Amino acid sequence: MTRSIRVAAGQGFWGDWLEAPVRQVTDGPVDYLMMDYLAEVTMSIMQKQKGRNPAMGYARDFPQVMERILPTMVERGIRVTSNAGGVNPRGCAEAVLDAARRAGLAGKVRVGLVTGDDILDRLDDLIARGHALADMDTGRPLSDIRDKVLSANAYIGMAPIVQALDQGANVVITGRVTDTGLTLGPLVHEFGWDPVDWDRIAAGTVAGHIIECGAQASGGNLLKDWRTVTGLENPGFPIAEVSEDGSFVITKHPGTGGVVNVASVTEQLVYEMGDPRSYITPDGVADFTTIQLRQAGKDRVAVSGISGGPRTDMLKVSIAWFYGYKAIGTLVYSWPDAFEKARAADAILRKRLSALGLEFEQILTEYVGVDATHGPLAGPPDPDLPEVQLRVGVRARDKAPVERFTREIAPLVLTGPPSVTGFAGGRPQVEEIVAYWPALVDRREIEPHVKVEILEA
Amino acid sequence: MPVKKAAAGAPTESVQLVPLRYLAHARSGDKGDTANVGVIALEPEYWPVLLREVTRERVARHFGDMVSAVQRFELPNLRALNFLLHGALDGGGTLSLKTDAQGKVYSTALLRMEIPVSAPIAATLLSRHAP
Repeated sequence: MTRSIRVAAGQGFWGDWLEAPVRQVTDGPVDYLMMDYLAEVTMSIMQKQKGRNPAMGYARDFPQVMERILPTMVERGIRVTSNAGGVNPRGCAEAVLDAARRAGLAGKVRVGLVTGDDILDRLDDLIARGHALADMDTGRPLSDIRDKVLSANAYIGMAPIVQALDQGANVVITGRVTDTGLTLGPLVHEFGWDPVDWDRIAAGTVAGHIIECGAQASGGNLLKDWRTVTGLENPGFPIAEVSEDGSFVITKHPGTGGVVNVASVTEQLVYEMGDPRSYITPDGVADFTTIQLRQAGKDRVAVSGISGGPRTDMLKVSIAWFYGYKAIGTLVYSWPDAFEKARAADAILRKRLSALGLEFEQILTEYVGVDATHGPLAGPPDPDLPEVQLRVGVRARDKAPVERFTREIAPLVLTGPPSVTGFAGGRPQVEEIVAYWPALVDRREIEPHVKVEILEA
Repeated sequence: MPVKKAAAGAPTESVQLVPLRYLAHARSGDKGDTANVGVIALEPEYWPVLLREVTRERVARHFGDMVSAVQRFELPNLRALNFLLHGALDGGGTLSLKTDAQGKVYSTALLRMEIPVSAPIAATLLSRHAP
């Protein structure tokens, strides 16, 4: 008899629907809950929070949701894999242990803590030994901005997750483990797949890619026939039902909203895709041109035929560095002549900024309702638009000009074109820009440092 | 959306321009300063049209100054094309001041493109999308 493992997505990004993980463990049978919290930008945000408070730097939603669902998970034997640890996985693990104790589960929860992705303290040593950690996009060596680096994490794969599960962890918490590794880890643990069985590794990776963005694979943000997607007030998050041979079915719990069809899965497959023949992860390289999809019933899409190739010698590194400051100010102009008024206000604002001698790397003006999403492709606007939002953003290395810019928006209300509103939110906020620096590093520099600890509640 | 006669130089008179959104759906995302757009045929019979007409050059012309370079990849198994639009995000990630800093709606921006299709396909599409 063919055994299959059901891996359920509980979170597609940090800030996703809080009820999703609860529904996933209560609305039907699952074996694993996979909670992806990290995007490129997320690590930067977590780093900012850790800078303000060293106890932070992880997804604080995660211990809270664990407190709600751990009793059910323990009762049903469901285990969870998550990169909620962000830039502080140990802090996250401790918060989960506290949550488990509060939920009355002392002695019943084993947290697998994965560390070793954080290479901030090792950067100087790595650079000194000839690792340039050059920006993959620009080729600049990291030494150019070394003094501005705030965090540096290597993307690690499924291996430590497998190890933690092998050691009996029911909650695995990691830092910068790849989104796909969170799904692949449980599969390798359950089926004992050979880590060099590249086709199976690729299949588990594709399964992970399909479910890593949550409901975006099951009817959320689905463009094709979007009006026909119903029940999104209770979206069914995707579940990968994987067989030992690497074939799998994407589905969702019965009675939930949304849809799982070939269109919903295909839209997710192409999301954030580069060269489809080489989807590179630390665990292997998947060939997306081999994926076969078939509708296999209501809300069931069968996925098969996936082939892959060997993993590469390099790991990607995500480096966050302090870049400068930005602020975005908005005002809303009403009919008649809404667009013309907004443009006049923009011209006045720019003359004032210039007269003040403020220097910016960039001033960007968008007119929401006219060109903010499609730029010039939107064509000339309807002359009778009911309203237009003027949206002006500035960016500079220094804080002073950005700070001054934030005081130049409100004055336009009484000193500029008429019929303006929408400023009740107050002055724009000055935001610090933490920029992203993608680099590569030899995996032999990282893997010996990756560590798995089992902590008991 | 009215269908126009094909531009001069088109192969035959029976070719008409239709918006790509009649033939395809799409999703986009980001990687640094690059946006990707996956374009997927709405029906199997539209796939050869996408393959032939939604060329790298045409997509680059469509976006003009909005992007610095375009790459195209084919996924016949999914009846999809993947486009990488380099330099599309004004620096990308946290640097970008754009509303769409993460390229989420470059997908629909690409679907605005008009492409030439044969008269029979155009007639079907028009009747389906008639107001």
